[in-house]
Amino acid sequence: MKFAVIVFPGSNCDIDMYHAIKDELGEEVEFVWHDSESLEGFDGVLLPGGFSYGDYLRTGAIARFSNVMKEVVKAANEGKPVLGVCNGFQILLEAGLLPGAMKRNESLKFICSQTQLKVVNNQTMFSNVYQPNEVITVPIAHGEGNYYCDEETLEKLKKNNQIVFTYEGTNPNGSLIDIAGIINEKGNVLGMMPHPERAVDELLGGADGLKLFQSIVKQWRESNVINA
Amino acid sequence: MYKVKVYVTLRESVLDPQGTAVMHSLHAMNYNEVSDVRIGKYMELMVEKSDRSVEDVVKEVCDRLLANPVIEDYRYEIEEAVAK
Repeated sequence: MKFAVIVFPGSNCDIDMYHAIKDELGEEVEFVWHDSESLEGFDGVLLPGGFSYGDYLRTGAIARFSNVMKEVVKAANEGKPVLGVCNGFQILLEAGLLPGAMKRNESLKFICSQTQLKVVNNQTMFSNVYQPNEVITVPIAHGEGNYYCDEETLEKLKKNNQIVFTYEGTNPNGSLIDIAGIINEKGNVLGMMPHPERAVDELLGGADGLKLFQSIVKQWRESNVINA
Repeated sequence: MYKVKVYVTLRESVLDPQGTAVMHSLHAMNYNEVSDVRIGKYMELMVEKSDRSVEDVVKEVCDRLLANPVIEDYRYEIEEAVAK
């Protein structure tokens, strides 16, 4: 399976993402610059964390209009897995690939710490290797992770099981009903504030994030490789 | 040429964590008559005359980029300006 890691000016988790895929997951991966006009040949798209365009105006607001995003939307419409982490999540929200918006953390502080997450829905292409309601440890690092949407949208998210990860124990940022990660209705676009790519090796404090990437590959092999 | 002033604020229904922090600070300074603070953004745009009405252009850029309709409202003022 071949992944694209999109690099915007100001991305800073792109190398972690690349490392997670190449060295820990053992799959193919390439960096793709934000002004690229093609994602041909890639089976999955990863939008990394960081501060694209300096977070000017709103987080993700300017990155959402970069050239490559047309291709990301196309890949999403084709049903390819698209994962946005942290700033990547914020970009997916601004692009309208996921519903809702991000506000400043309730505490107004940038928070960098390990968090406990609950895998609320393990029936997605991003979470099928986790146990139902498994509690995992994945770090967060953000100033704007306070997820917000209107009531109607929230009901829809609940009804369709689109909430994949919630914060367990303490809610670090004030996010609505402890939401840490949501998926689109079709089930192929996931956005999450915590960083699974920073939790892929026990040496670095934990490997609970690796299963997320393994889930993507598992699902892809099952539907794309004969005799997988 | 037009000078356009755009004001973007969080929608009434959305809690504003920054505004709330500033209000608490004002209360700590004994300005108890201040009952609400909402923090927003102010932008100035210079817009050249074109075949589209300036109002249409401003609305479109606000909806598409300057504000996020999920959490923000905007309003604007348009005035004629002399090109520099």
